[in-house]
Amino acid sequence: MSIATMTFNEWLPVIFIGIMGLAVLVYAVLDGYDLGVGILLPMQEQDEPQRDTMIASIGPFWDANETWLVLAIGIPLIAFPSALSLMMFNLYIPVAIMLIGLIMRGVAFDFRAKAAVDHKLAWDRVFKSGSLLTALSQGYMLGQYVMGFASGWQAQMFSLLSAFGVTAAYGYIGACWVVMKTEGALQKRAVPWARRAGKATLIGVVAVSVVNPLVNPGVFDRWFTHPLIMFVLLIPTLTLAIFLVNDRLLKRLPKENDRHCRVPFFLTMGIFVLCFSGLAFSFFPEIVPGRLNIWQAASSPESLTFIFVGAAIVVPLILLYTAYSYYVFWGKATELKYH
Amino acid sequence: MLDTLMLSRIQFAANISFHILFPTITIALGWILFYFKLRHDQTDNPVWMRAYRFWVKVFALNFALGVVSGITMSFQFGTNWPGFMETVGNIAGPLLGYEVLTAFFLEATFLGIMLFGINRVSSKVHTFSAFVVAVGTTLSAFWILSLDSWMQTPTGFEMRDGVAHVTSWLEVIFNPSFPYRLTHMLIASGLTASFFVAGLSAYRILKGDHKQAPRLALKTGLVIAALLAPIQAFVGDLHGLNTLKHQPQKVAAMEAIWETGREVPLILFAIPDEEERTNHFEVSVPYLASLILTHSVDGEIVGLDDFEGDHPPVGPVFFGFRVMVAMGLLMIAVAWSGCYYLRRRGELPVWMLRTMVAMTFSGWVATLAGWYVTEIGRQPWLVTGVLTTADAVTPLAPANVGFSLALYLIVYVILMVAYIHTLRVMALKAVAVEEFETSSPQRQGTITNLPGKTEEGQA
Ligand code: HDD
Ligand code: HEM
Ligand code: HEM
Repeated sequence: MSIATMTFNEWLPVIFIGIMGLAVLVYAVLDGYDLGVGILLPMQEQDEPQRDTMIASIGPFWDANETWLVLAIGIPLIAFPSALSLMMFNLYIPVAIMLIGLIMRGVAFDFRAKAAVDHKLAWDRVFKSGSLLTALSQGYMLGQYVMGFASGWQAQMFSLLSAFGVTAAYGYIGACWVVMKTEGALQKRAVPWARRAGKATLIGVVAVSVVNPLVNPGVFDRWFTHPLIMFVLLIPTLTLAIFLVNDRLLKRLPKENDRHCRVPFFLTMGIFVLCFSGLAFSFFPEIVPGRLNIWQAASSPESLTFIFVGAAIVVPLILLYTAYSYYVFWGKATELKYH
Repeated sequence: MLDTLMLSRIQFAANISFHILFPTITIALGWILFYFKLRHDQTDNPVWMRAYRFWVKVFALNFALGVVSGITMSFQFGTNWPGFMETVGNIAGPLLGYEVLTAFFLEATFLGIMLFGINRVSSKVHTFSAFVVAVGTTLSAFWILSLDSWMQTPTGFEMRDGVAHVTSWLEVIFNPSFPYRLTHMLIASGLTASFFVAGLSAYRILKGDHKQAPRLALKTGLVIAALLAPIQAFVGDLHGLNTLKHQPQKVAAMEAIWETGREVPLILFAIPDEEERTNHFEVSVPYLASLILTHSVDGEIVGLDDFEGDHPPVGPVFFGFRVMVAMGLLMIAVAWSGCYYLRRRGELPVWMLRTMVAMTFSGWVATLAGWYVTEIGRQPWLVTGVLTTADAVTPLAPANVGFSLALYLIVYVILMVAYIHTLRVMALKAVAVEEFETSSPQRQGTITNLPGKTEEGQA
């Protein structure tokens, strides 16, 4: 079908894949930084005050961040149920493990603040391992998705690589968050974390970008057809440039008056957006690579319209009060205490 | 050997039973907190603020458990019940979607402000956040119960090529059993939270807490319970009558009535036997079932034999119903005698405090029992008359489901132990904290009587 002749009903799946993409991206950035903070938690006895600060920095946000995951899973449930069934069938075990990780992380957050003092360290361990488990299983699932749920050891190796890459990326954005939200010794400590995680992320991104077009012929054609290539190559070039700029900037942090302390976080966010666009460009309009496209998988237009109207009203509101909440908690996290 | 269907059912039941425990508390506790905060704003009496500050921490703990188990729930449909979304996804999807869009984001975001913003926003904005969180939890209940009720009594749709398509959203959302189920559930939440608040406060008092705050909370809990408990019995009766109209086989199972007839007795106790299709050890009151269900002594009630092969398992539905009603009656008795002592003596005698402690989780028992009646009573259907549970299940191998089920069960048991333990620790800590009962107000617009540095975990 051509764009000019598409009816509203044919546009609906496109709109919904757009909202879903947005939800996944926002989720990856937002829960990415709070999972990253969990992954980076230093576990020595004397680190306790720093752990408190790090966890306090994500306190007001983690629940709302996780809600983006509920939206990201909710949209395919609403709009592309058969695609969701296919994916969940193939990802059953990693999903279960991810959920366990999310449970561990979410409850540890509250228990650590309330449990008797002697259990606090134990809950911090739960917090850290839950974050790690969640990140690893999400990366693994991404790998499986890119490989079209193929079995065999190559697919497994690639998924493990991807698990490592996503975990590194979460650590990267988490460290930049700590740089932005804290000061003093902890901030200084987070800078090398960020640089190391940045390098690891770069390796992961390069690996995924090389393997993806090699295993998926459709992806290869798409990236390397002639007129498009000039435009499309912007994505990897820009990504690489940001990695380099960010590393050089981080090397100089913290600066006087804490100048530029927020820049790394937003640069990393840029990397997330670019990588995500790269993936989206590789697969759109397929929703399960090689098996289903969005029109084949879509629900009935009446249902999509019904929820579309609601989303058009509510999503801007959500963005508005989310912005308000970040405004309320703007600035350094040292002050945030659970009352 | 358990097959994928049975394992998935057990897993779904385990997950949702665990999930519902926490929302039932938070839905109403959110409103109780809003009330505490509002009273504090009106009277500037610090005791309200102290009650608020203790209970907001308990609320946060419950909320966290509700959120993580809820996220698990939202994956369940995709992982274990693909047939559900593929058949009725056009209806279930948007209802779940509206819950996420209108409720989850709202409550999660404002909860952040409510818990951490006390020194960053004005007292008014803080009160407003508490209000928004309460609205959010109630909206969650609205949407999810709309979906569940639609699964019980589906209307407003037509089937095309084996897939449900909506003809009227109003009829879908406000399906026949929805108003009853929503009301009954919201009151259930009110009762669960009020016994929870009263029970934990009684525990503090028994452990030697001399402060005002737990007494205030105990009184609030008792009064709410005394008001709601009788209303719940009345609403429950209406709910049952509505079910009789739309799902007669469920009511027949609830009452263990095997044969259609008039002048049916109400069975108080029996052991239903599905093999022989009869009851053993029956203790019953003549005519009463006819009277309650049809409001006439010789009203006709349809029995299970009319639905042979197409009715739910009788035992769990029958006993579940009795547990719930017994709990309801017990709640009326306890809440009213508690209020009586409060009026007469201004405080509860020790044995009454102990009773309140014993009743702390009575709401959970009644709520779970009620849900088991509702959901098992719908079997073998997943969506009444549209889709059977067996047709919706995933084709996965049993080993996978067994693996995830084992994981969840282990985690839930650990969490339950940690939760109860932590509640005790929090209550005991609160007993130990000494606070001034009065303190002069601080500057306009901020919250008074906050100690300069509020440490985590204090009361
Ligand atoms: C604190 C909790 C609580 C208490 C004290 C009661 N209930 Fe209840 N009941 C529930 C909590 C609940 C529930 C968990 O919320 C259910 C499950 C689904 C629903 O709609 O409400 C329920 C379901 C439910 C049903 C099943 C309706 C259906 O699925 O078709 C009936 C007939 C009643 N209730 C009737 C009563 C009566 C006559 C009570 C008298 C005291 C009573 N309930 C007390
Ligand atoms: C919140 C309290 C609830 C509890 C405690 C509960 C409990 C249960 C139980 C015990 C079953 C198993 C029935 C059986 O296998 O015989 C079940 C089934 C089910 N319920 Fe509920 N339920 C609740 C609410 C809901 C809601 C709100 C929905 C819908 C959105 C829902 C959807 C389902 C589904 C899809 C099944 C299918 C699995 C099955 O039949 O075993 N339930 N539930
Ligand atoms: C199949 C059914 C259900 C699903 C899929 C589900 C899903 C969820 C999810 C994803 C969350 C987390 C939201 C967040 O991130 O803030 C949640 C929380 C919540 N759910 Fe459920 N839920 C179900 C059943 C129920 C039922 C039966 C009720 C109440 C009657 C309920 C009431 C709530 C409430 C009030 C919350 C807010 C958190 C809390 O208070 O603990 N849910 N649910």
